[in-house]
Amino acid sequence: MIDAVIDPFIEFAFMRRAAVGCLALSLAAPPIGVFLMLRRMSLMGDAMSHAVLPGAAIGYLLFGLSLPAMSLGGFVAGFAVALAAGLVARSTLLREDASLAGFYLVSLAAGVLIVSVRGSNIDLLHVLFGTVLALDDSALILVASIATVSLVVLAAIYRPLVLECFDPQFLRSTSRWSSPTHLIFLVLVVLNLVAGFQALGTLMAVGIMLLPAVTARFWADDVSGLILVAVACAFAASLAGLLLSYYANVPTGPAIILLCGVFYLVSMFVGRRGGIVWSLVPRRHLEA
Amino acid sequence: MKLRFISRLGLAAVILLALSGAASAASKVKAVASFSILGDMVGQVGGDRVEVITLVGPNGDAHVFSPTPADAKALASADVFFVNGLGFEGWIERLKKSSGFEGEEVVASKGVKPLRMEGEHSETIDPHAWQDLANGKMYVANIRDGLIAADPDGKSVYEANAAKYLDAIAKEERAVKAALDALPVARRKIITSHDAFGYFGAAYGLKIIAPQGVSTDSEASARDVAEIIRQIRQAKVPAVFVETITDPRLLDQIARETGAKIGGALYSDALSGPDGPAPTYLDMFRHNVEAITQALSS
Repeated sequence: MIDAVIDPFIEFAFMRRAAVGCLALSLAAPPIGVFLMLRRMSLMGDAMSHAVLPGAAIGYLLFGLSLPAMSLGGFVAGFAVALAAGLVARSTLLREDASLAGFYLVSLAAGVLIVSVRGSNIDLLHVLFGTVLALDDSALILVASIATVSLVVLAAIYRPLVLECFDPQFLRSTSRWSSPTHLIFLVLVVLNLVAGFQALGTLMAVGIMLLPAVTARFWADDVSGLILVAVACAFAASLAGLLLSYYANVPTGPAIILLCGVFYLVSMFVGRRGGIVWSLVPRRHLEA
Repeated sequence: MKLRFISRLGLAAVILLALSGAASAASKVKAVASFSILGDMVGQVGGDRVEVITLVGPNGDAHVFSPTPADAKALASADVFFVNGLGFEGWIERLKKSSGFEGEEVVASKGVKPLRMEGEHSETIDPHAWQDLANGKMYVANIRDGLIAADPDGKSVYEANAAKYLDAIAKEERAVKAALDALPVARRKIITSHDAFGYFGAAYGLKIIAPQGVSTDSEASARDVAEIIRQIRQAKVPAVFVETITDPRLLDQIARETGAKIGGALYSDALSGPDGPAPTYLDMFRHNVEAITQALSS
């Protein structure tokens, strides 16, 4: 049994690389997902993942299959959309979710247009997103660097970020850190999405950010607990997904995200905090 | 009343269209080819008498093509439409219906003995028949007959062009055989993504191992990659080739892990642009054979 788990990693370097890439991603993306969830911005991750597309496409068209160009392009496009949505939300009647929807749809349409205008119709989506089985040194370094930076920055802005989640009015009235915190957090979201595309190779990269976070909600109450559970869940799903892909012969990225989804469904029923099963068990009423 | 007016308008439009079609046919035969390799062949046989429009252009992937309105327009006004057949162009039926094409359809692979391809779930027919020059000759004959049927006046021109082209193909065929026969038998095996070289391998004695299934649109699993790596290690495959139209990163990873050499790009389903290394069908063969012999002989 242990052999079955370890052998593929011993025999094949690509399995080791995939594992390292996924684990690095699982270290940084789930905590960010936790904050997205707490700020009721869960769906923003998905919107942003589409917004990244035109930037990556332009990077590819200008410089070919170059990791820095595509990552930088994706980052710039994603951040521009997030920033523009935030600005519009603060200066006009539109709420942030509505303005984000507007901008990301424009960005997505531009991406699809750029991809198909190029005359030849190579399946650019295959090219734009790496595959977890083909992580080379530069991709690994990119993913690991983004994970490191994300964790350090998260630690630095942890207090204002938590405050902004639970009492944004209080933070705004007592500190100048409200807007900078929000911006830095947006940068982290986009950075981790770009890393996720490299590592997981699909638009589903946003899954490893959010699914562990919503899973954790059924097991922990405080923010640090949520983060711990989410990271553990992402770790487990990554390794199990790789092995599932190895033994059951299914594509790796979707396997990992689907396992995250299984954890989520199971937690929804048996989670200690508000799992459905527990609410069915009759409990004694408190009596005065 | 209004309806009748519209239907009359439609009728008038159809008549106009038919007239304009007839007028242009008098000057040049309008031929549409489904992909770039076929387009080159039709151009070679048709010469000056035929105007060729290619739907899937150079470097395009015909497996996942989605036609534009301009393509449908080109097809609607075409006199003759050349397709590969053997299930290569899955999108063709829908395009034909939506464009209202009413000309002659010529299946270029008619008469070719199809190779079976073992897929993951089922056995399917390998459509890449043009990768064997002997089949290429049948393509040329079918194209010639198709053009003659569409434009009987040009019969002598088409026959002369086709005869010249067939000679050139036969010459290239001998060159390919000679080049590959010169390689040591133990080294005659390559890995290439997207197994489009089944016919090539069968015709010229080259063992082809492919890391992905039949089509470019399936994503490889960890087991697929692991099996390929094991295979390369066991069979001591000397070279891995990157095809023009699939993700090269996966092959890079495999090459890194096995120490196999990375050959250049092989052209399989599409030609390069006019300035590239494979602007025509025969250039494509020259380019591929040179790349293969270079990687395997060292």
